[in-house]
Amino acid sequence: MWFRFKNTVNFMSQAKLAIAFSAFLFLGSIGSLAINGLQFGLDFTGGTLIEVGYDSAADLPDIRKQLEEGGFEDAVVQHFGTSSDVLIRLAPRDTVKAETLSNQVLSVVSTTSAGEATMRRIEFVGPSVGEELKEQGGLAMLITLICILIYVAFRFEWRFAVGSVLALTHDVVITLGLFSILGLEFDLTVLAAILAVIGYSLNDTIVVFDRIRENFRKLRIDDVAEIINISLTQTLSRTTITSVTTILVLLALFFKGGALIHAFATALLMGVVIGTYSSIFVASVAALKLGVSREDMIPTVVEKEGADQDPLL
Amino acid sequence: MLNKYPVWKYLLLLFIVAAGFLYALPNLYGEDPAVQISATRGGDVDVAQLEQVKQALQQNGIEYQSLAIENNQIQARFKDTESQLEARDIAMQALGSDFIVALNLMPAQPQWLEDLGGSPMKLGLDLRGGVHFLMEVDMSVAMQKKQEEIQADFKTSLREEGLRYRNLLPFGNGVKVSFRNAEETQKAEDYLSKNFRELTIAQSNEDSNTITATLSDARVQEVKEYALQQNITIIRNRVNQLGVAEPLVMRQGAERIVVELPGIQDTARAKEILGATATLEFRRVDQDADPASAANGRVPYGSEVYYNRNNNQPVVLKKDVILTGNHITGANASFDEYQRPQVNIDLDAQGGTKMSHFTKDNIGKPMATLFVEYKPTGRKKPDGSIEFEAIKEVINVATIQARLARSFRITGIDSAAEAQNLALLLRAGALIAPIQIVEERTVGPSLGQENIDLGMTAILWGFCLVLAFMILYYRGFGIVANVALAVNLVLIVGVMSMIPGATLTLPGMAGIVLTVGMAVDANVLIFERIREEILDGRGPQQAIHKGYESAFSTIADANITTFIAAVILFAAGTGPIKGFAVTLAIGILTSMFTAILVTRAIVNAAVGGRKVSKLSI
Repeated sequence: MWFRFKNTVNFMSQAKLAIAFSAFLFLGSIGSLAINGLQFGLDFTGGTLIEVGYDSAADLPDIRKQLEEGGFEDAVVQHFGTSSDVLIRLAPRDTVKAETLSNQVLSVVSTTSAGEATMRRIEFVGPSVGEELKEQGGLAMLITLICILIYVAFRFEWRFAVGSVLALTHDVVITLGLFSILGLEFDLTVLAAILAVIGYSLNDTIVVFDRIRENFRKLRIDDVAEIINISLTQTLSRTTITSVTTILVLLALFFKGGALIHAFATALLMGVVIGTYSSIFVASVAALKLGVSREDMIPTVVEKEGADQDPLL
Repeated sequence: MLNKYPVWKYLLLLFIVAAGFLYALPNLYGEDPAVQISATRGGDVDVAQLEQVKQALQQNGIEYQSLAIENNQIQARFKDTESQLEARDIAMQALGSDFIVALNLMPAQPQWLEDLGGSPMKLGLDLRGGVHFLMEVDMSVAMQKKQEEIQADFKTSLREEGLRYRNLLPFGNGVKVSFRNAEETQKAEDYLSKNFRELTIAQSNEDSNTITATLSDARVQEVKEYALQQNITIIRNRVNQLGVAEPLVMRQGAERIVVELPGIQDTARAKEILGATATLEFRRVDQDADPASAANGRVPYGSEVYYNRNNNQPVVLKKDVILTGNHITGANASFDEYQRPQVNIDLDAQGGTKMSHFTKDNIGKPMATLFVEYKPTGRKKPDGSIEFEAIKEVINVATIQARLARSFRITGIDSAAEAQNLALLLRAGALIAPIQIVEERTVGPSLGQENIDLGMTAILWGFCLVLAFMILYYRGFGIVANVALAVNLVLIVGVMSMIPGATLTLPGMAGIVLTVGMAVDANVLIFERIREEILDGRGPQQAIHKGYESAFSTIADANITTFIAAVILFAAGTGPIKGFAVTLAIGILTSMFTAILVTRAIVNAAVGGRKVSKLSI
């Protein structure tokens, strides 16, 4: 039992520090998002991306030169995953049909000093589709947050709901902020990862809230901060272990999942670490500061759903 | 008695787990390379063709594993892709153009599994290789054509009625006609509103002596719907030409079409054929006009100048179109008696009548075939979509030799390849509205296999790391959780294989990895509770009982919220992301089942109802 503490850890005494730390990260993220913005990937900006594989290590300057001669001055060429894989990006253009553009590029780069090129992947997204995906993605995030707000308010209490949504917003903004600061590419898989982070972080928060509610009913202590401290201490080992197992699999994904899934794993890794922190400090502190009290917990007469039925287990 | 399940509960759990294993089983057998032959235009294949294919294969010494008719298709399985590719070419030669020969992969599971309805998971394009297109129909062209149609109808009927108009112009979702005086305007309004019921006819408030004719919103919708449906039909036909097994052509929203072609090798050709937006017009050549002076701008009224594709010479054509490509029902390339390439064309009844009517009076006169292709101009429309421009070129001028009817031929084509291409485009029909690819995702076959390998490695690593950690941390109970985790993995695969719409994608595999990490959460919650209960001084049996009981509502709450996120992801996501949402959602359900019920069953069977002094936790 590595993560179990005999005595209650006074988490709430660190509330001020936690608020300051979170505010710093949050504002820093907002600042970076405002100034640098996000490095949106092809899914959102539109354009063409072509991945080709060569037999041996590819000579990037040579490929760049060939592309320039072929009339693709704006092409961005870089390695992808291995040295024999090359990624070519082109901004959207109006004069050439998308379907012919990628073929033209392929024929230009097909023979280099590194041998024959084989087409591995072509992605083309029209500018209007990219805009739509951006809108849809933002909307999806908002809807998720609202649905969760409603569910938690219904199952617990509005202060908890606000606390958990604050924590989630905190997680999402800081993860986005990290992507902005580090200049990592933000594509559709990252968006999916962030939605998964929302699910994961909330999972953590709910476990803590559940325990707080239970302790409000069970323990005869009037000090709300103390009850929250006790609950956090009791759930600490679970929070840590679940984070550890999740981070373990994400590391497997990060190192073994290949280049295509890299950004996804990165976003989830960041999100899980931030989410674990926020479920301990942000969500509970928010609930505390909003003035959650025993009275809010007691009126629910039916203690558990289905308490009057035979246990399922 | 604490911690004892009745026998039926064990049996039920065992049954569910066994069913999961059974339906996950087909995934172990892999797939055979196969060739799939079906008749074009929904025709039947029968034993005669089967024999033909069998003989052709035997003559060429190609071994097949099986050869049979299933679902009105001839299906042949082969040991390796080499013989599969050879067999395709042989079958194509043996059967000719009335049959579509496609490459496919068929599940190699034994017959008894197939009888039980088992099938392996469907793999997404990113794992299988293939092309995904999102195509958008340019509705403004469809509307424009409708306007032209109304204009033409008004022109003839007003002329027949003896009503002379000053001008007739496209206007809004319809047209406007202006007249010399109020009396004629009134007459025309009465006549038009009686005869054109699909249009709202009214006198204009802005211009005097002008009538506006507007299509109702419902009619506009119909026009657009028709354009979309027609495009879908044409694209289906074109896809059939490509010989792809299990293609998908599906509408998305009001103006878009999704096309998915799994396992296609030659993507460049696929794009060329799908993206083509060509049609034909047959027109009369204006013999009175002088092409040279017309090229300098002196075009006679009612005629237009076009250029010949082959020699760039100007040709003057009458504006009236004899026939458009919509009436073409069939076209194929062949050679005439002098071995020159030609295209044979078949028309529908209406087209045949029109053609016959026209050619009757025009034998010996030249008729031109005008090729119309829509290309993007580089300009943008106000709504951000790219503007199209019709590029019209004369591809052929031929003298009408006789009265033509429903089938005739075009000669004077440069090469056999050109004839082939033209025939293919004609056969696939003519588009009312041009279409453009707005999204493409192509994955080469080698990358697909690589993605599978990477995904599998990640799952395996994640799984082993979690297994090791759980045993280290929870010892005996860790083993129980690990068994549950393994069962969970099998159940995810089983459920994915059972649900017809579920496809496994690379993000989907990532979803499985994530599920593995998060699935143990439920067990961690339970085990931590049990430890707490033991620390509180409860006996082992009591601790187990209380632990499971009090952890349940927490587990449910936590999982429902993640489930909400997965559902929204499914609704908002596209393609591979949907795959992630599906595995995540399925993983949540199966992990709740295994982490709560399966572990409890094992714990109950191992220690339940007996005197235990210490738990291995």
